[in-house]
Amino acid sequence: MNIIDRRLNPQGKSLANRQRFLRRAKEQVVKAVRDASGKRGIQDIENGEKVTIAAGGVREPSFHRASQGGVRDYVVPGNKEYVEGDTIQRPDGGGGGRGSEGSADGEGEDEFRFVLSRDEFLDIFLEDLELPDLVKQKVKQSESHTLTRAGYSVSGSPANLNLVRTMRNSLSRRIALKRPKRDEIRELEEMLREAEEAGEDAAQIQALREQLEHIVLRSRRIPFIDPIDVRYNRFESVPKPIAQAVMFCLMDVSGSMTEHMKDLAKRFFMLLYLFLRRRYRSVDIVFIRHTHEAKEVDEETFFYSTETGGTVVSTALEEMQKVVQERYPDSEWNIYAAQASDGDNMSSDNAKSATLLRDVILPMCQYFAYIEVAAEHNMGLSALGRETELWRTYKQVQSPERPLAMRRVRSRREIFPVFRELFAREKAGA
Amino acid sequence: MTAVITRPEALLYDGVEWDYDKIKRVYDAVEHIALKEMGLDVYPNQIEVITAEQMLDAYSSIGMPLMYKHWSFGKHFARDEMMYRKGYRGLAYEIVINSSPCISYIMEENTMTMQTLVIAHAAFGHNHFFKNNQLFQQWTDAEGILDYLEFAKTYISHCEERYGHAAVERVLDAAHALMSQGVHKYPKKRSDLRTEQRRERERQEYQDQTFNDLWRTVPKSAAGPRPAKSVSERKKLLGLPEENILYFLEKKAPRLDHWQRELLRIVRHISQYFYPQKQTKVMNEGCATYVHYQIMSRLHETGQISEGAFLEFLHSHTSVVFQPEFDDKRFSGLNPYAIGFAMMQDIARIAEKPTDEDRQWFPDLAGRGDGMAAVREAWANFRDESFVLQYLSPHLMRKLKLFSVRDDAEDPYLLVDHIHNERGYRDIRRKLARQYDLGYLEPDIQIVDVDLAGDRKLILQHRVTNGVLLDESDAKAVLRHIANLWGYEVQLIEVSAISEAILKEHAVTAPSGIGVG
Repeated sequence: MNIIDRRLNPQGKSLANRQRFLRRAKEQVVKAVRDASGKRGIQDIENGEKVTIAAGGVREPSFHRASQGGVRDYVVPGNKEYVEGDTIQRPDGGGGGRGSEGSADGEGEDEFRFVLSRDEFLDIFLEDLELPDLVKQKVKQSESHTLTRAGYSVSGSPANLNLVRTMRNSLSRRIALKRPKRDEIRELEEMLREAEEAGEDAAQIQALREQLEHIVLRSRRIPFIDPIDVRYNRFESVPKPIAQAVMFCLMDVSGSMTEHMKDLAKRFFMLLYLFLRRRYRSVDIVFIRHTHEAKEVDEETFFYSTETGGTVVSTALEEMQKVVQERYPDSEWNIYAAQASDGDNMSSDNAKSATLLRDVILPMCQYFAYIEVAAEHNMGLSALGRETELWRTYKQVQSPERPLAMRRVRSRREIFPVFRELFAREKAGA
Repeated sequence: MTAVITRPEALLYDGVEWDYDKIKRVYDAVEHIALKEMGLDVYPNQIEVITAEQMLDAYSSIGMPLMYKHWSFGKHFARDEMMYRKGYRGLAYEIVINSSPCISYIMEENTMTMQTLVIAHAAFGHNHFFKNNQLFQQWTDAEGILDYLEFAKTYISHCEERYGHAAVERVLDAAHALMSQGVHKYPKKRSDLRTEQRRERERQEYQDQTFNDLWRTVPKSAAGPRPAKSVSERKKLLGLPEENILYFLEKKAPRLDHWQRELLRIVRHISQYFYPQKQTKVMNEGCATYVHYQIMSRLHETGQISEGAFLEFLHSHTSVVFQPEFDDKRFSGLNPYAIGFAMMQDIARIAEKPTDEDRQWFPDLAGRGDGMAAVREAWANFRDESFVLQYLSPHLMRKLKLFSVRDDAEDPYLLVDHIHNERGYRDIRRKLARQYDLGYLEPDIQIVDVDLAGDRKLILQHRVTNGVLLDESDAKAVLRHIANLWGYEVQLIEVSAISEAILKEHAVTAPSGIGVG
């Protein structure tokens, strides 16, 4: 008999089959992923997902008898009351429910359900959007400084005194220089006192006294702690990339924004979130919606509750400024902002918005993306060259050195190309 | 001089943790009982320890360790994995492979008692059955299977590189759909799998050597139909009717490439290898369960395992052989472990302590003594169908309270036509045996004709018994696969086996072509 431990064999032997399966079921999986991602919150987008696909494409057909019709015989156990010739009500679900014909293998299921891992989900999600290797592109990364421990030094502030190191040095120096111990002094004193009390001869007492004097003097000359023993923790300041980012989602929620437009905006925000997630360890999201006044809200409210009122863009920018000042100092956070709007703004507000954007918002942002969403059928508008209020306003602000990008999006299909374009430009500029 | 006496009262192991020493000790003790006391005869054993993931993997590739790559295995893995992770379904404790050496997989999670049980069940129970049952002896090549699978795996991945994943997948999909129609049910010539590999290589070499491009330039024979042969002559030439559809396509499909034929051949061989297993579920499991029960009981009797371990074994044993009654929510057909185990015990009982009834029903068997030998004989010479027909006793029918139900789609009610009484025994036994007859369970589909001179339409026939037709959408899908391989139109006619009347026809037109054309 042989015993072989196969546990150490390479894992993931089934991976090749799984890839084949996913490739086979690609169409359905992509569709399932698309549906699932529509339903998800932005921050859960990355998690794995149980997906259900139609069994059609991955069905394994075989010749087998139909579950209905004809004459069938079954032998079953557990008779309690039947005698020959009895009749039984036909159980629900046809004859197939009883006896050996039951579909043991799950064949004939209409749906097939399985779990996609996080990576597979992301791959498919991004593939669906034809995302290239965006992660490789450079996002401007600001740096801060942080202090890290870097050994010991002989100078420093008392707060950084390293007690252990200091005492160790002190001890070794005392041993090396043979500093008399306190016990030795005490012992000698004791002997001297005993000798004096016993009235021993003066020469001996004198000798003891001299000896005592000598070691007391020696212990005084060799200090318990000498300045050369003292060590301080040394810190060095090293530049540290900021590993946290905050993403501001600004959206106009006035009556003119339709569900379609909001959906486009949501998809864009999702992409940006994914993108940032790959770059930064932690990404915060702040949702600010505005009509004629702006408010910071949670995601649910942001996307799904409606509001009425006019449109004053500057309120949102002011709100963002306020949030940044309160919680996200731009020295510590990478700030990204994406604004989605249908382009309406009160004419009187344009100048204010432009100034605010130019002087306050853009200087603190890594990147500010403005997405103008339009109804899908609304093809002619930009073709005619008529630009919206907000577009014109922002266009004045735009200049090569400012991290402001503007795009129009009409349909879902355009979301990704626009997204890529935005970040491709950043690369060219860098 | 004092002889060294092994102390049978010493426990083989203690506690739940297992290690290699304990397994070795247990194996030796089990082997002693199995070979010396029960008279089993087994292939050499190889025990492999695997993780749950590897077990899932083995599951999804039909239990074989070296399966080629195909998406359907990935699909089964995905499903089994989810079922397992969500706790809908446990994993089997073991998987055993009919090969020599006989490989048993045991899971690292199992307790020591479970490992003991698995060794008794798989390494001796199944192993003995594989080696001694005449069906396995006749149909499978235990020495060659692992090498052949290795060959198949490399060959298929080689094909994938050379001809592309999609092309290979198309052929494999079609072949898988026809897997149950890919076996020879009657032995032709025993071929062992090693020779198969060699022959494949030789065929290829011969083709390469004799390749002559000049043949391409030879003018085609003058147009004009060759004299039509008579139908019977044509059928004879093509070896029709043929029920092994895969075999027929491999040999006769006009537009397949060499490698495509080889893929069909591989799938066919694997299907053939599993054919005995499909026919002996009850016996195989019954045998293994009976063996593990005997061995574990012996180990307990001789004080080699503790009371606690024995209770743990009984717990898992009883849940394996549990047979819910028909009106139970858990009922999903007869449990092959339960029937098999009960029948084995019954045979031993009849041989050793028969009742008058048994003497009447089994004159040869009753009271012959040595139950173990009687059971071994049954294991060697039967398959499920004939086994039930031969050995199901009235005693067991009463115990299981078996009754038979007739479900005629035209009647509003199900009819209880036989119960476990004097009048019903023989009929119930006959009907139960039929439930295990693969020839009866699987639809009888044959290739009956090909119009070679005309449009090359392939005609299949399903002989319908009891008025149960094929599942239409699946049949259509399989026909499409056949058409892909055949390259021309395919037709399936369902005829009544009694009246020869045509009940239904399916047809699939010629595909865009899978072969080189």
